[in-house]
Amino acid sequence: MTISFIILAILVLAGAALAMSLRNLVHCALCLVLSFTGLAGLFLQLQAQFVGFAQILVYGGAVSILVVFAILLTRSGDTQESAEINRDWVIGCWIAAIVFSTLAMALLSSAFFKEPQAVPGQADARAMGHELMTRYVLPLEAVALLLTAALIGAALIAMPELRKPQGHAPDKEVA
Amino acid sequence: MSGWLDQIFVLLKRWAVGLFPEPLQPFISILLSIAPIIAVFGLLFGIVTVLERKGLGRIQNRLGPNRVGPYGFLQFVADGIKALIKEDVVPAAADRVVHFIAPFVMLVPVLLAYSVLPFGRGMTAIDFDAGVLFFFAAGSVTELALFMAGWSSRNKYSLLGALRAIAQMISYEVPLILAAAVVVMMMGSLSTVAIVEKQAVFSGILANWNIFTPWGLAAFLLFIVAAVAESNRSPFDLPEGESEIIAGYFVEYSGFKFALFFLGEYLGMFAVSGLAITLFLGGWSAPFSFLDWLPSWFWFFAKLLCFVAFYIWIRGTLPRLRMDQLMNFAWKFLIPLGLFNLIIAAIWHFVGGGLRGWAICGALLLAAYTGLGNALFKRRKWTKRTYRYAS
Repeated sequence: MTISFIILAILVLAGAALAMSLRNLVHCALCLVLSFTGLAGLFLQLQAQFVGFAQILVYGGAVSILVVFAILLTRSGDTQESAEINRDWVIGCWIAAIVFSTLAMALLSSAFFKEPQAVPGQADARAMGHELMTRYVLPLEAVALLLTAALIGAALIAMPELRKPQGHAPDKEVA
Repeated sequence: MSGWLDQIFVLLKRWAVGLFPEPLQPFISILLSIAPIIAVFGLLFGIVTVLERKGLGRIQNRLGPNRVGPYGFLQFVADGIKALIKEDVVPAAADRVVHFIAPFVMLVPVLLAYSVLPFGRGMTAIDFDAGVLFFFAAGSVTELALFMAGWSSRNKYSLLGALRAIAQMISYEVPLILAAAVVVMMMGSLSTVAIVEKQAVFSGILANWNIFTPWGLAAFLLFIVAAVAESNRSPFDLPEGESEIIAGYFVEYSGFKFALFFLGEYLGMFAVSGLAITLFLGGWSAPFSFLDWLPSWFWFFAKLLCFVAFYIWIRGTLPRLRMDQLMNFAWKFLIPLGLFNLIIAAIWHFVGGGLRGWAICGALLLAAYTGLGNALFKRRKWTKRTYRYAS
């Protein structure tokens, strides 16, 4: 436990806690980004450069913008004060407990926990690329297919506006 | 390769670090890597603002700033002092904390991005294995800063500007990364230092720069267009569009916070130009072997200044795009071309380069370029423009 680990851990936990408890939704989203960034720092501390930078690129850059846009578009810009605790908190606790226990059981029964020193640090981009293109090529393709389907779906949802007769504005386009 | 002149800054740093006692040395070394970056590029920012105003003035047939200092070159000092002593106005409705943090979230990642750029032989602050990825990761955080600035101001113009900026930056980040991915693929490394070192070899008198290959040339052009858009500069300056939304996301910023946004934008422009130089123009290497005696850092900054001149020229010449043109251009033209370029790079790899490679890859790229361009324009029926509400 080094000092940097403690700082990063506090950053991640405080960010996550604030994201749950703040009243303004945009503030929550920004705290979530703080938490994501702290997580990237934790990855970097484990010598996993590629994963760490990818975490910042994907979560800090793209996912945070997605979250923020979702908030703005669904709440039309004004950030209403949302209730801190709603009535379904009991169910929420149960779900959280189930997810945590499942993950904990999976982790505890994994090979890594039985022999902690078994896995050498091999997380550089080259090794990951090799593994992705050889051993894990099928999951990679499945993810690629899923993302393509999502992309086409998004384009389809945006499409019908083109087909609607637009009166006398033939050059109207969907950006 | 005149030894000491080339390495003068590295030697100076080593000498300065040696002056301090042993336990302090790592910290002094870190400080001496960071401070010159901030100082040099901060000063460059100041000089470039004056150069830009003068250049734009000449293009628009007027003089530009010419009162402060010799030929008006100290204008930036006056502007800086003015920005420092101005009142810092924060709108009453603004979200104070986010409004305060936004300029720093904008500036810090941009400064971080400089740490992986090789300014000269052995002059890289950190040599990451995944340097190129780090650059893009740092750059992607600025989008959030723009959102924070636009949203926290509680001003419809600034929010509109922020949304425009985010839409634009996300769209143009894809061709930017695709163009860089080609280089990473062909060089077999994500490290900026390794990429430059592989280009700094001469075949004949010509250097082995990536721009001297068909895929490199195509990727370079894609990269430049996307880079201009990423740095929100004309002709892609819709987020600021002063004729429509005043100044976009930083309408409600005044005094030094405004200057920080300005600084962040310019530093972002230099950084992305630096990456273009690193990926395509051989970083610190000389173009011809008989020019190799000039120091490496000279070449980097000479190329950077060429980029700056290009940016100013473009800004003075081209009109601003419309939002739908901007989006169409990114998603229907640049991204398909970027994806196609990946295949071209693979073909070049298997054909083995040379004249045959140039013929095949060049022809394919030209066909793709004209085909895509024609398809994009033919589908539009150019008719007399009718307005729904105005007429």
